[in-house]
This record gives sequence, structure tokens and C-alpha cells, in this order.
Amino acid sequence: MKRVEIDPITRLEGHGKISIFINDDGSVENAYLQIPELRGFEKFVEGLPVEEIPRIMPRICGVCPAAHHMAAAKAVDNVFAVDIPPVAKKLRELYYMAHYIHSHSAHFYALAAPDFVLGPDAPKAQRNVLGLIAKVGLELGGEVVRQRAVAQEIQILVGGRATHPVWCIPGGVARALSEENAAKVRELAAGQLAFAELSLKLFNDLVLANKTYLDLIMGGIFEQVTNYMGLVDENGQVNFYHGRVRVVDTEGKELFTYSEPEYRDYIAEHVEPWSYLKFPFIKERGWKGFVEGAGTPLYQANPLPRLNAADGMATPKAQAEYEKMFDTVGGKPCHKLMVNHWARLVEILYAAERLIELINDDEITDPNARIIPSTTPREGVGIVEAPRGTLTHHYWTDENGIVTKANLIVGTTNNNASINMAVKKAAQNLIKPGGEVSDGLLNMVEMAFRLYDPCFSCATHSLPGQMPLTVEIRDHEGSLLNVVSR
Amino acid sequence: MKLKGGIYWGAGCGGCDVAVLDVHEKILDVAGKMDLYFWPIAMDFKYDDVRALEDGELDIVLYNGAVRNSENEEIAKLLRRKSKTLVALGACAHLGGLIGMANYHTRETILRRVYGETESTQNPDGVLPLERSTVDGNELELPRFYNTVRTLDQVVDVDYYIPGCPPVPQQILNALTAVFEGALPPKGSVIGAGTRTLCDECPRKKEEKAISEFKRPLEMIPDPEKCLLEQGLICLGPVTREGCGARCINSGVPCRGCYGPLEGVYDQGVRMISALASVIEPKEEDEIDAVLGGIVDPLRTFHRFSTPASILRRKRS
Amino acid sequence: MSFEPKIVGFLCNWCSYTGADLAGTARIKYAPNIRSVRVMCSGRIEPTFIVKALYEGADGVLIAGCHPGDCHYQEGNYKALRRYRLLKRILPEYGVEPERVRLEWVAASEGERFARIVDEFTEQIRALGPLHIKESLAEAMKDDVIPHEAHNEGSGEAHEA
Repeated sequence: MKRVEIDPITRLEGHGKISIFINDDGSVENAYLQIPELRGFEKFVEGLPVEEIPRIMPRICGVCPAAHHMAAAKAVDNVFAVDIPPVAKKLRELYYMAHYIHSHSAHFYALAAPDFVLGPDAPKAQRNVLGLIAKVGLELGGEVVRQRAVAQEIQILVGGRATHPVWCIPGGVARALSEENAAKVRELAAGQLAFAELSLKLFNDLVLANKTYLDLIMGGIFEQVTNYMGLVDENGQVNFYHGRVRVVDTEGKELFTYSEPEYRDYIAEHVEPWSYLKFPFIKERGWKGFVEGAGTPLYQANPLPRLNAADGMATPKAQAEYEKMFDTVGGKPCHKLMVNHWARLVEILYAAERLIELINDDEITDPNARIIPSTTPREGVGIVEAPRGTLTHHYWTDENGIVTKANLIVGTTNNNASINMAVKKAAQNLIKPGGEVSDGLLNMVEMAFRLYDPCFSCATHSLPGQMPLTVEIRDHEGSLLNVVSR
Repeated sequence: MKLKGGIYWGAGCGGCDVAVLDVHEKILDVAGKMDLYFWPIAMDFKYDDVRALEDGELDIVLYNGAVRNSENEEIAKLLRRKSKTLVALGACAHLGGLIGMANYHTRETILRRVYGETESTQNPDGVLPLERSTVDGNELELPRFYNTVRTLDQVVDVDYYIPGCPPVPQQILNALTAVFEGALPPKGSVIGAGTRTLCDECPRKKEEKAISEFKRPLEMIPDPEKCLLEQGLICLGPVTREGCGARCINSGVPCRGCYGPLEGVYDQGVRMISALASVIEPKEEDEIDAVLGGIVDPLRTFHRFSTPASILRRKRS
Repeated sequence: MSFEPKIVGFLCNWCSYTGADLAGTARIKYAPNIRSVRVMCSGRIEPTFIVKALYEGADGVLIAGCHPGDCHYQEGNYKALRRYRLLKRILPEYGVEPERVRLEWVAASEGERFARIVDEFTEQIRALGPLHIKESLAEAMKDDVIPHEAHNEGSGEAHEA
């Protein structure tokens, strides 16, 4: 038995390594995606004033800080049971739409697309965003860079900062939108919509029109049958900022929905000794290990799962793309993991359309964007869709609003078991007896996690680390080599 | 001749890497002057590729994130060996960062919370992540999780610091430009930021400080033109290095000090004790205590980003 | 050998240092545990000095200034008082007993009083025991080592504190 490690995994957010165990005959026996990082947000926020929480939690992740900012903001509003002014809700959602455009396009172009544009086994030194820009040319490459810059700029115009926003506070937002900034956002919004449409066109021309990639996407290597989770509004349509969490089963039938305070009745987390990241599952089914198929307790949360779980998109162009996508891939729910890349671009389109709706709302420059909470704080849950999955923040406080406990279930965490199964299946199907375990092949195994747009810094906000009292070391035959105690 | 560089994250969040990407089209100018040989967020080079480099082969490495586990430390030492110039990028590498507040807790208490007590966790057998474990007959390894968060310079020699959470992209560009032009200040300097306090950069009107009551940000809607500290909101502007453009102030909330202390200041948070207490109004001990009592959670507010770098470093048991 | 507290004193030039000096010239005996540092005004004393003294091995720190209203620079001692009150509140969070830091007003003529304060403070610190911050920090961090380095070298090496 040989252990091959991909260390670290690359072109994603966060730390991870893939350990692949290869039998003597060259076939893959097992593969594990281990997450080695932890920081401890759930513990170290104890004792902090609750109004600081929305500006601390974005530091869980520098790629999707807005997701944590919004989830924390909603949770601390609920700690005070305060209903924030309507314009504050719209401003937060407006900010969040610009954030989605940044986050999703950063993932697609900088992290994922190099595999498709340059090829999964292109030389290592070229397989990145700079190689991508060199290949597609400065005009197109420049436009991509420019539009992500615009998305960051819109966040700054609306909320003051893009990376690590500090602007949401219990009761609303700390700064209303000025007429001047609103006008600037309106000017920039049309370009964002065009960019969203361009991205879908590029995907069509460079990926779907390429038979090799289409086979990869529609084939069995990157397929997995699980349940699917996403937030839906009162019309059953995808909403990133607020709604009810809906989970559908492997056939697409609704299993259950829940509102923010109810999450623990439906979702639980499992622990394994070989990863610092926990493994959420559907509580009523109990943990059954890494199994897919009908009846599995495992679920995914991500763009494709969101689109699988919802009845449609709330804006017209995105809805048309949603229908086109599912028609092309053979209906809902779609179990082809790579279709996440497509669904991600459909979501950019929705975000751009929704951004335009919100910036043109009559109320958007209303200066009364904040009220002072007046009730005694206690406990609150906030749930949003992070770009990478359903994000849950839960805080308990004392009567002075000092945090006593915190619990988080983060976007990518939802997918931990699924990612492991996807990596294992990819390794088993791509690494064959007699074949060379090349860099390109290992990269294709990495494509199995990359499609999830994982955010492992998010996922491992938590902090573990008790070292064992006794460790048994065994060889590949299971014979005991050594016992180490401390 | 092109320089060789690398960017790495320890216990970070990716925000500093995004800040590098946020130089937007200027990334192409950077790429014109420097080839990157390691950048896990964006490039496929692995640890073995770094190990295969000659010692000192990389001209410059930017390391962001704090040192939280053995892997962070191991790679910090590896990159120190392989680079001529090592720069601590961002508040976590510079001062320990927000996550340094974990130094008020221990590995044991955090472990207990995360894998045992969290309300959604189901772990009846008390399983914990292990440095070495055997699963399905396979041996797997994880890094050692440390009891204490450290700054980068507490484990390796650091040549320069680019402060901020994250640093403003233009500041990163300024620092890289100084590298390309060979125009770096003396070793150990903070680069890519200003030399005065944030108060000098802040657009709000400052009059006289004589605080008779502290307020929490959720208790009041401040006057948008006046200094926040003068209105009774704790703001770390007076002890924080300028350079961020007062972005939090412009978002409507007080500064929490992510750019770190000024030149020559030993401990930013303890400096804040001095600065803040100096400007309260009363002279009698009981009145002083009454006003100071309005400061909620002083230690973690003054040391929000700098606990590991502080004189006292962590809570003692 | 019983524990001999190390106490650092920050004394203002115009009142308290002069008072301490008076104790000396009057040959008043008092505990030799204090190491005095003269500053021009108690308002010069930054909490950093106090915290650093504790960190570098002091078991207790005494700050002495002019009585309220008598400060040579008008307001300096009020600043010292305000900073002292905030620092005392914070020290327990770091595991340092607040009694280890003490502020007193000592006039230029109060040599005897200065001596009694030092005696009393020394006994108070003796009862509290040594602070040993660096040692307890090193203890807290001793297992923070790279595993294969620990196994190869046979023991975990504490990092520089």
C-alpha cells in the first residue's frame, strides 16, 4: 500500500490535503480529504459584546466575509428580537448581491476556469489565473478583472468596505446610502449584468461546446446522489439573504423546511478523527457513514443544490438560464457535480438582476437605516446562503448582551462528507493500475473538490486539538508497529 | 531579470490573498516583474515544489495568517529558508490578528466546546481529531494544534510587516513596488502604511476630549460629523497607524486597531489604556471608576487584533 | 530561602521621589525590595512601563505621585490615577492579581510614610508569591512544537517566550 498526498490542495480557499491509498496492484483503495486547520471562533467570541460579532465573524473568511457578516447581523438582530427598517434589509441584500458577483466570479475565473481553459493537465506553472489571462487575451481577461473590481467597488459604495465589512449592527446598518453613491452604483450595475451574461456565454463556448469537458461533466466520475439544501423565499425561489431552509431528497421531493431557530431539529454534525472539519447530516436519519443514494443522511449545499431545492429563480433572465440548464442536463434534481460551475454562473446572473432591482428601489436612499434595539437580548439564529452553501450563525447572550455561547454551521461544512466521497470516486476512477500517477491526473482528482468552491477557513472556524493519550501505529496489513503514549 | 516570489497563508482567512488580487489589473504589472512559485489560493505548486527550491532562491515571500498549528510553523520555517526577504502580510502575521483572542482560552476548553458541547454536534463516543489516526486500516496524519496563537516573528525572523486586516490593496502594491525598485527601508520596518495615527486620516471633526460616559455602539446613533471618541464610543484611532483610509469610520463604526501600533510603541492595547484613560473627565476615584465601568470588555477591545503580540501574550492559567 | 519580592517603583520627581530620598537621608529602615525609577511626573507613567516591569520579572509595581491638587504640572497625577484604575481592572484578565500594582500619593515630606508603604507592600507581595510570568507562559506553550521535531530531538522545546 502506498500513500500519495496532494499537499496542499490548491485553487480554493483554505487548507486541505488529499491522502490517497493505492494498493500494490495500482488501484485506489481509499482517499480522504483532510482539513488540518482550525481557529476557534465559536469559543473565543464568548465574553465579547454582541454588537461586535458582525464585525468579527467576517474574519472567518476573506473570500466570503459578507456571508458571515450577514448571517451574524441577522442572528444578532434576532438576539434582540428587533425588526430592522425595510431600507436596512434592502441595503444588506443589495450589498450581498454585489458580494455574490465578486465571490462567484473570483471562483469561476481564478480558481476553476484554468482547468477548462488551459486543460486539467496543462503544466502546473500555467494552470492559474495568469495563465488564463494569457490564453484568453488581455481584452477579455481585462474585462473579467474589471468587473470583479466593480463588484468590490459597489460593496464599498454601499457598505464602506468589501473585504471584512463592519457596517451591519443590531438594529440595521451604520450608514445609509447617499444619493451620490446610489447614482454611482446605478451606473455600474448594467456592466455587472453584461458580465454575468458574458460569463454564461463563455461557459457555453469554452466548456459545454468542448466534447471532452461535456463528457467529464455529464459522465459518472463526477456524479453523486444526495439530498439538496437551499434557502427559498415564499414563492419557493432561490434567495441568498433570507427565507426558509428547504431540503429536497434524491428525487427532488421536499423532505422538510425550517426557519432559523429550528435548525437543530433537522441537522446534526458528526466527528471523525482524521479531519478537523465536522460532517453535518440529516438528524432524523442518523449518521450512516459515507454513503450516497436514496435514503442517505447526507446532503449538499452549493449553487446546484440550491437550484435543485428551489422551484425557480426570482428574476427573469436567471429563470430562463435555470430552465435551459436543467433541460440540457436532463431535468431536476441534477446529480452531476460539475454542473455546479454552471449553476454558479446562473446565480451571478440572478445576483446582477437583483442588484439592479434593489438599486432602483424608491426607498434605497432612505436615511433611516437603523433603530436602537430596546428589548433584553437573549438568543438568536441567523441563516443566509453563503456562496458555498447554507450558513447558520447562532448566539446566546446574557441580559447585558455579552455573548455566552456561539454555534456555527458553515457553508462548506455542509458538503464535507460529499466532497470526501467525490474525491474518493474521482481517485478510484482516474488512477488505474498500470497508469502513471501524474500531476495532471492528481489535478483532476482535485477538480472533484474544486467544483464545490470550498472555503475551508469558513468551515473550520472551530478549534479542536486535544492530543491523544495513546496512539497505535499500524502498517498497511494492520499489524501493530508501535504504541505511543503521553 | 524577473524576481521570484511566493505568497502563503498560515492560520488566515484568505482576505490578504484577496487583497493582493484586489490590485486588479495591476496584478499584470506585478506579474511582469515577478514570477510566483507558490500561492495555494491561485496556483498549483505544492509543498514538495517549495522543498525542491534552493535555499534563498525566492527573492520575496509574503506570509499572511498567524501561526496556530505545527503546519503553519513548519511552512513558516521552510519559507524562511527558501527566501531572501520574508514579509509578514496582514494583521494576523504581524500581530496575531483577531484569532489571537483564542489566547484567552486553552486547547482543552476549545476542544470541549467544539467537539463535545456545541448544540448541533452528535458525538457520543467523544471522538476528537488526532495527530495520528488509523481509519479503514489507513494511517492518517494531522498537524498538532497549538495551545497559543503566535505572530510570524515569534517563530521566524521577519524582514518587513505590511499591516491591516486586510491591508489596503494599494498599500500592498506600494510595498511590492519598493521591492522591485530596491527601495526598501531598514529591516524590521512596517511598510505600506503611514507614520501618523488614524486620527490624522479620519475626516471627522475633532474638538476636545473629556469623556463623561462611554456608550456601546448599539446604544446610540452617533453624529456623522463628530469624532466618535468624543461622543463616548471607544475608538482605537489614537493608537492605530494610519493607512487604511479610515474605512471603518467611513462605514459608520469606530476603529478597532487592525493596522497596529505606531513606530516605537511596545504594546498597542496597553497604549490604549493610557490614551483612553487620559481623556476621561473625572478626577475623583469613584467617579473615575464609574466612567471606566462603562467600558465593556476592555482587554479584548484594546487588543482586538494584537493579543499574541502584546506584552502578556495570552491568558495565564 | 524564602521568597524575596522584586518590586519596581515609579516615583515622581517633585513629591514622591523626594519623599523616598528623605527616608534615605533620615536613615529610616525599610524593605530593600524596591527598585526605584525616577520620572518627572506620575503622569509620565504609562501602563506599558508597569506591564513590562511585571513581564520582565517584577512581582509588584508601586506608582507614587503628588497628592491631588499638588501636582507640579497641575493635572499629571489625575492622568496617572485614571490610567491606574483602568489597568487594575484589566490585570486579572491576564491572570495577574490587581493587588500587585499599587498607587500611592506621597508628599516630599512624607519619608516615614513612604517607608511604611514599601514595607507593607513588600509583605503583601510576599504573601501573594512570585509572579513568574515568563515561566508560566513558557509552560503554557511547551507542547507547541512541530511533532517530528519533537520526536527527533526527544523532547518538546519551548519557544522563546
